[in-house]
Amino acid sequence: MIEAKRLPTTRTRASRIFQPGHILQLLGAHAILLAYTALALFPVFLVVINSVKGRRAIFASPYALPTPETWDLVGYDTVLLRADFERYFVNSTIVTLGALLLILLAGSMAAYALAEYKFPGNAVMGLYLALGIMIPIRLGTISILRLVVRLGLPDTLLALILVFAASGLPLAIFILTQFMKQVPRDLKDAARVDGASEYRIYLMILPLVRPALGTVAVFNMIPIWNDLWFPLILAPGESTKTVTLGAQTFLGQFVNDWNAVLASLTLAMVPMIILYIIFSRQLIRGLTSGAIK
Amino acid sequence: MNLAAKRSNRKPFPVHILVFLAPAVIIYTAFMIYPLIDSLRLSLYAPNENREEVFVGLDNYQRLLTDDLWQPRLEGAIVNNIKFFAIHMLVQNPIGLLLAALLSSQFIRGRSVYRTLIFTPTVLSVVLVGFIWRLILSPLWGISSDVLAVFGLEQYDKPWLGLEETALTTLSLISVWQYVGIPMMLFLAALISIPDELIEAARVDGATAWGVFWRIKFRLILPTVGIVGVLTFVGNFNAFDLIYTIQKATAGPNYSTDILGTFFYRTFFGIQLQPGNPTMGATIAGVMFLIILTGVLLYMFGWQRRMLQIEL
Repeated sequence: MIEAKRLPTTRTRASRIFQPGHILQLLGAHAILLAYTALALFPVFLVVINSVKGRRAIFASPYALPTPETWDLVGYDTVLLRADFERYFVNSTIVTLGALLLILLAGSMAAYALAEYKFPGNAVMGLYLALGIMIPIRLGTISILRLVVRLGLPDTLLALILVFAASGLPLAIFILTQFMKQVPRDLKDAARVDGASEYRIYLMILPLVRPALGTVAVFNMIPIWNDLWFPLILAPGESTKTVTLGAQTFLGQFVNDWNAVLASLTLAMVPMIILYIIFSRQLIRGLTSGAIK
Repeated sequence: MNLAAKRSNRKPFPVHILVFLAPAVIIYTAFMIYPLIDSLRLSLYAPNENREEVFVGLDNYQRLLTDDLWQPRLEGAIVNNIKFFAIHMLVQNPIGLLLAALLSSQFIRGRSVYRTLIFTPTVLSVVLVGFIWRLILSPLWGISSDVLAVFGLEQYDKPWLGLEETALTTLSLISVWQYVGIPMMLFLAALISIPDELIEAARVDGATAWGVFWRIKFRLILPTVGIVGVLTFVGNFNAFDLIYTIQKATAGPNYSTDILGTFFYRTFFGIQLQPGNPTMGATIAGVMFLIILTGVLLYMFGWQRRMLQIEL
């Protein structure tokens, strides 16, 4: 029955492709998409190609690709000499990985409890943990700063890790709970019969929700790496600067040195774009699987 | 812990559940819920002559709403924030919808390549995006006049970020440029999940592509339209980074780009010679909290309930 229904539609679809009106529509669609792709990439492209040119070439021929005559790395020399970008990268990596680890560990544990056990207050706890999805943590900044000072943590990476973990947990728990609920009961009950402890069963479930853990990790990685607000307020010291804050400070100081500005923008941008290309499939799958609902 | 105590006269509360919940609940409560509540409490306090914070009730809110020093800044920030939000709703989300509609068609080759490339600016930090556009729009470099010249409009070139009339719109459009990928992805996800049978049935009935889109697809993705709207609202009324990066905390020229986020930062952190004022800062955070809460509640009880009725 279903097969028979499908047949004619494929035929109409095939014949529609060869209609002149349809070809025009396709061309129009590609034209719009190409134009928008160009708009999205043109500024990035312009910065990258000009970062390896001499000052005169940047202004004389901004749209030309670098040639042996215009090739000049003076901007990169300035950046590497005047800003400690290596340290900023290390700091950003520690903060991002630390917060992600906490989010995934604490988040999956809480999600497991909410998904697995019927206990009094389960629904209330779920709601309490979900409150933070819509309320931005920035509104509590003044009290966060005071708390961090009281705990003796100002200008530490740990303060950033804890704050980013707190802001990432609500959505992580929400997403992971949905996935944990889909793990078949029989599996867990079989393990229980075999005498496995609840902690063991949790460890057993964890690999089964790996795709969800990946989605949560990629989701949280970008905003944590890119955040300016909390590094600026909680850890502005030179030794704890993240890439985003370091770039912000450096760019502010060297605003008139075009070579240095273009070079530092490229240096901060390229790792993010490489990471994005590596993880884009996972990120897009996460976004399009309705995880945000 | 309370739960365990209450139940102790019956069955003891299972310890392992507490162990599973504890890390997340402790971190989340200590660094998110407690600061939010404490910040609201702080908005009801003000320093006295001895620099001790004492309870003053709603005085701070009254000052913010009526004092000649505070009121114009608050009003300016709210008006600018509404404009910032309106431009996102009118430009970012329709463009996102258009791109998603094109990308959801099976006839377009290279869909995933377009999708990945268009999303690229979204993953960049706002600081980088801000400086990239500062360079592009700099009259010194002249890129914007070159681009306008392609369309024969070079006489309209302006220092877009330097003029009071154009700075806020320009900043909003930069933000749109960066974030258009998010509504695009959400709309795309919703459009892809519409069953083919529904669309084919309408096509067989002779509906045009335009008709199918607005009368069937758009109605089916209305829940996503609501989610995109509320996410845009929360994001915009909480924005800060882009304006701080391009215009500094003073949100120039002449406060024309000041939004609630920059007003909040300036007030509690202080700038240049003006010292920070934590309690007034907390009051501004309180106002932002009320605005965002109103938006979220309107969405939950207005939009989402109507959506449920449509589904029934």
